[in-house]
Amino acid sequence: MSLTIPTFSLASIGPWLTLSVAAIAILIWEALSKEKPAAVPAVTLAALVVAAVQSLTLMGRKGTDFAGMVYVDGFTALAYLILILGAALTILLSWRYLEEYGKNLSEYYALLLFATTGMMIMVAGAHLIMIFLGLEVMSIAVYVLAGFLREDLKSNEAAMKYLVLGAFSSAILLFGMALIYGAAGGTLYLNELARKLAVTQALTQPLILLGLGLIVVGFGFKVAAVPFHMWTPDVYEGAPTAVTAYMAVAVKAAAVATFLRVLFVSFPGFVTDWSWLLWGLAVATMTLGNVVAIAQTNIKRMLAYSSIAHAGYLLVGLVAANQLAAVGILYYLLAYTLMNIGAFAAIILVSRRQDRYLNIYDYCGLGRQHPGLAAAMSVFMFALAGMPPTAGFVGKLYIFAAAVQAGYIWLVIIAVMNSLVSVYYYLRITVLMYMRPAEADLGPVTFSPALTATLAATALAVVLVGIFPGWFYDLAAASVKIFPL
Amino acid sequence: MQLPILSLLILLPLAGVVVLIFMNREDDKRLKLFTLAVMVAEFLLSLPLWFRFDDSNPGMQFVERYSWLPQYGISYFVGVDGFSILLVMLTTFLGPMAVLATWEDIKDRVKEFMICLLALSSGMIGVFVALDLFLFYVFWEVMLIPMYLLIGIWGNPARRVYAAIKFFLYTMFGSLLMLVAILVLYFYGGKVTGTYTFDLLKLYGLNIPFQMQFWMFLAFGLAFAIKVPMFPFHTWLPDAHTEAPTVGSVILAAVLLKMGTYGFLRFNMPLFPQAALYFVPLFSILAIIGIIYGALVSMVQKDLKRLVAFSSVSHLGFVMLGLFTYNVQGIQGGIIQMINHGLSTGALFFCVGCLYERRHTRMIADFGGIATVMPVFATIFMIVTLSSIGLPGLNGFIGEFLILLGTFKTNKIYAALAGTGVIFAACYMLWMFQRAIFGEVDKEENRQLKDLSAREIAVFVPLLIFIVWIGVYPNTFLNKVKATTENFVAMMDKAKATQVSSLSLSHVFKGEAK
Repeated sequence: MSLTIPTFSLASIGPWLTLSVAAIAILIWEALSKEKPAAVPAVTLAALVVAAVQSLTLMGRKGTDFAGMVYVDGFTALAYLILILGAALTILLSWRYLEEYGKNLSEYYALLLFATTGMMIMVAGAHLIMIFLGLEVMSIAVYVLAGFLREDLKSNEAAMKYLVLGAFSSAILLFGMALIYGAAGGTLYLNELARKLAVTQALTQPLILLGLGLIVVGFGFKVAAVPFHMWTPDVYEGAPTAVTAYMAVAVKAAAVATFLRVLFVSFPGFVTDWSWLLWGLAVATMTLGNVVAIAQTNIKRMLAYSSIAHAGYLLVGLVAANQLAAVGILYYLLAYTLMNIGAFAAIILVSRRQDRYLNIYDYCGLGRQHPGLAAAMSVFMFALAGMPPTAGFVGKLYIFAAAVQAGYIWLVIIAVMNSLVSVYYYLRITVLMYMRPAEADLGPVTFSPALTATLAATALAVVLVGIFPGWFYDLAAASVKIFPL
Repeated sequence: MQLPILSLLILLPLAGVVVLIFMNREDDKRLKLFTLAVMVAEFLLSLPLWFRFDDSNPGMQFVERYSWLPQYGISYFVGVDGFSILLVMLTTFLGPMAVLATWEDIKDRVKEFMICLLALSSGMIGVFVALDLFLFYVFWEVMLIPMYLLIGIWGNPARRVYAAIKFFLYTMFGSLLMLVAILVLYFYGGKVTGTYTFDLLKLYGLNIPFQMQFWMFLAFGLAFAIKVPMFPFHTWLPDAHTEAPTVGSVILAAVLLKMGTYGFLRFNMPLFPQAALYFVPLFSILAIIGIIYGALVSMVQKDLKRLVAFSSVSHLGFVMLGLFTYNVQGIQGGIIQMINHGLSTGALFFCVGCLYERRHTRMIADFGGIATVMPVFATIFMIVTLSSIGLPGLNGFIGEFLILLGTFKTNKIYAALAGTGVIFAACYMLWMFQRAIFGEVDKEENRQLKDLSAREIAVFVPLLIFIVWIGVYPNTFLNKVKATTENFVAMMDKAKATQVSSLSLSHVFKGEAK
C-alpha cells in the first residue's frame, strides 16, 4: 500500500498559520517570562496585520487547496479581512477594559487569536467537517472569553449558558451533516454535494430536507436567529463588553459567511425549500429583535436584541439567494463590524470603570458633557438604524435591493417596517444624550488613546464607507462570482 | 467650464459645518456671525442661478453629473428646472433670515444649533436639485436628522421629545415604503430597458403597466402626502410646529412641507401618469377636506402657533388641489402658492416668535391691544396676515386665484368647495388678529413691550418686499415656471389619451393577485 501526500501550498492557509503560531507563541512567552509581558496586545495586533496582508495576497486566487478541503478565493479573503478587522478593533477596545478588572492577561489575546483562526477555518472550509472543526475552534475559544471575568457572576452565567446551548447546537449541526452525508451517498465536499444531491434527490428527499433543516438550526444558533436566540441577551449582557462586541460582529460574520457558502454552493437545487424556511426565520428574527429591543434599559441588552434584528436583515439577504445578495451580505458585515464595534467603544467609555454605568439613562446629558463622544455615538445609532449617508444605510439598501430583485417584495416591506421600529430605540439614545439633562453626576469619562482612536476611526469609516461604497462593491462582486446562483 | 453652482450650494453649508466644528463653543457671537456669513454667501451664490436661468427651456438646466456608484447605475446627478428653481431660491433666501431670527432666541448650545441649521440647508437644496432617485432619497432622509435635533433639543421643553420623535417616525414610515417602491422601479426599469439606473429622467420614459403604477403611486404618494401633510396624515404637523423653536417652525413650514408637494410634481406624476390621472378624485377630495378642515380647526385654536400650523394644512390643501388639475393655471398656481406659503407662513411664524420672545406665551388670550404698544410690529403682522388670507395685491391672492381658476376648468364643484376655504381663512386670521392685536391693552404685562428692533425689521423687510412683489407683478416668477409647466401639461394630456378606460379597483387587485 502506498501513501500519497497531496501537494499543497502553505500560503493558502497563511493567515491561519500566522494567527495560530502567534497565539501559541504568546502562551509560551507568558509561561516563560516572570513578569506579565506588556507587549502582548501590540504583538497580537501585529500578527493580525500580517494575516491581513497574507489575506490580500489570496484575493485574486480561485479554487481549493489541501486536496479540496480549503477554499482559496476572493470571497474567503474578503471574509478573512472582515474578521481580522473585527478582531483588531476588539483588541483596541480590550486592554484598558481588562485592566480595570485587573485581568489584562495574555491568555485573552491568545484566545482571541484562536477564535479568529477558527472563524477563518470555518469560512474557508470546503468540506463540512472542516467547517465543523472551525466552528468548534471558534466556539470553544469564545466560550472561555465570555467567562473571562472569573469572579463576576454574570460573566460566569454567560459562559455557562453559551457553552451548554452552544454544544447542543453544534451537535444538531453535526447531526444534520451526518444525514446529508448519508443522503448524498458519502461526500461532504461542498461543491460535490450539489451534484450528488441532485442525483440522489429522488430517493432521499426527506433525508436531505431533514439534514438541511438541522444545518439551518445549527447556523441559526450561531447567528442568533429567532427562535434559536434565547442565549443571546444573557450572554451579551454578561460577557465582558469587549467580548460582546467581538461576538456580535465577528462570530456573526463568520457564521453568516459560512452559512451563505454552504447554502449557495451545496444546496442551490433546494433553494425553494430553504428560502421559505429562512423567510420565516428572517421575519421572526427581525420582528422579535426590534420589538423586544424597545423594552430594554440595559444598553448591552438593547444591542443584543439589535444584533438579533440585524441577523434578521442578513437572513433577508440569504432568502434572496442571488449574487447581489452575496455582495450585500459582505458589505453589511463590514458595515456592521464598523458601526457595532464603534458603539461598543462608546459603551465602554460611558460605563466609566468596570461596567458601572450600563443603563441607557446613564446617557442623559452626555451631549453636553462630552459632545465628541455623544456625536460619535449618534453616528453609530443612526448607522445601525440605517439612515443615510452611513454604511448602515447602504448595507440595508444592497440587501433589500437583492430581495426585491428576487421578487420578495413583501419580505422587504416587512424589513423596512422593522427598520422603522428600530429607529425608535436607536433614536432614544440620541434623545437621552441631547434632550435630557444628566440625572446624576457620574463623573468624567476618562478617555484612553486606543479607545478614542477606535471611536474616531470607526465613526469616520462608517460615514466614508457609506458615501463611497463603490470600491468594496467591486471587490465583493468579483469575489461572489464563484457562486452558481 | 461652467461653475458648478448647484454642487457649491450643497457643499458650502457643509464646509461651514466643518469649520464650525473647530470653532470655540463659548464664543456665541462669532458662531452666529459666521453662520450668517455662510448663509449670505449661499444666497449670493444662488443669484446667478436666477439670472442665468433660461425661462424658455422646459428641461433641466445647470446639470451636473458625476458617476458615483456606476455598478448600480447611481450617479450624482443634479439640475434645476422651472419646478425647482423657485424652491431653491426660497431656501437660500430664507437662510440668512433664519439665522437673524435666532439671534436672541437661541442661547443654549449655539454651536450645535448652527451646525444643524447649516446641515439642514444643505439637505434641503439637495432634495430640490437631485435628479437621481438614490441621491434624492439620501438627501430626503439626511435632512430628517438635523430637523429632528432642532425640534428635540431647542424646542419647547414640555413636549419637544414627543414632537421630535413623532415627526421622525412619521416621515420615516412614508419614506421607507418609498424606498421599496424606488427599488421595484429600478429593477423594473432595468428589466425592460436593459440598463439598470436610478436616473430619474431615464425612468420618466418607462411605460409602466397600470397595476404597477397604482401601487407605486401609492407608495411614493404616502411619503409625500405625509410630508405635505395631506389630511389625514397631518397629525404630526401641529405638534412639530408648536414644539419647534421659531426658526424650526419657519423652515418646516417654508421649505420642508414643500418637499411633499414638490415630490408629487417631480416624481409621482411624471413617473406614473396614468395612476396620477386615476387618483385625481381621491387626492382632490382629500385636498379639499384638508382646506376646510384645516381652516375650521384653526378657528378654534387658542395657541397662535397651533393656529398657524393648522392654517398650513389648509394652504397646502390648495397647493395639492392646484397640482392635481393638470392644467397650466392650476400647476402654476400651485407652485406660486408653495412660494407664497413659504413667505407668508414663514413670516407668520416669525411674528409669533417675536411675541413669544417678549412674553413667553403664545396664547391669544394673553395678548390684546398690542397695536398700541408695538405699532411697527402690528403693521407688519397685519400685512403678513392679509397676505396669508389672500388679499388682492398681496401674494396669497395670486396663488389661490390661479388654483381656483385651474380647478374651475376641470371641476366646478371642487372649485366651489375649495373657495369656501378662502372665506374661512379670513375668519380665523382676522379674528385672531383682532383678539391679539387690536382692542384695549388689558394685561399689565403687555404695557411695557418693546417694538421691533432693527434686527427684527431686517428679517421682515425682505419678506414683505416679495410678498408685495408677487402680489403686484407675479410674472417675474410665473415666467420661470411657465415653460416647464407647459411641457408637463402636454405630457399629462398625452397620458390622458392613452389612459385605460373604465378602470376599477377590482381590476387592480386581480392584477396583483396574479
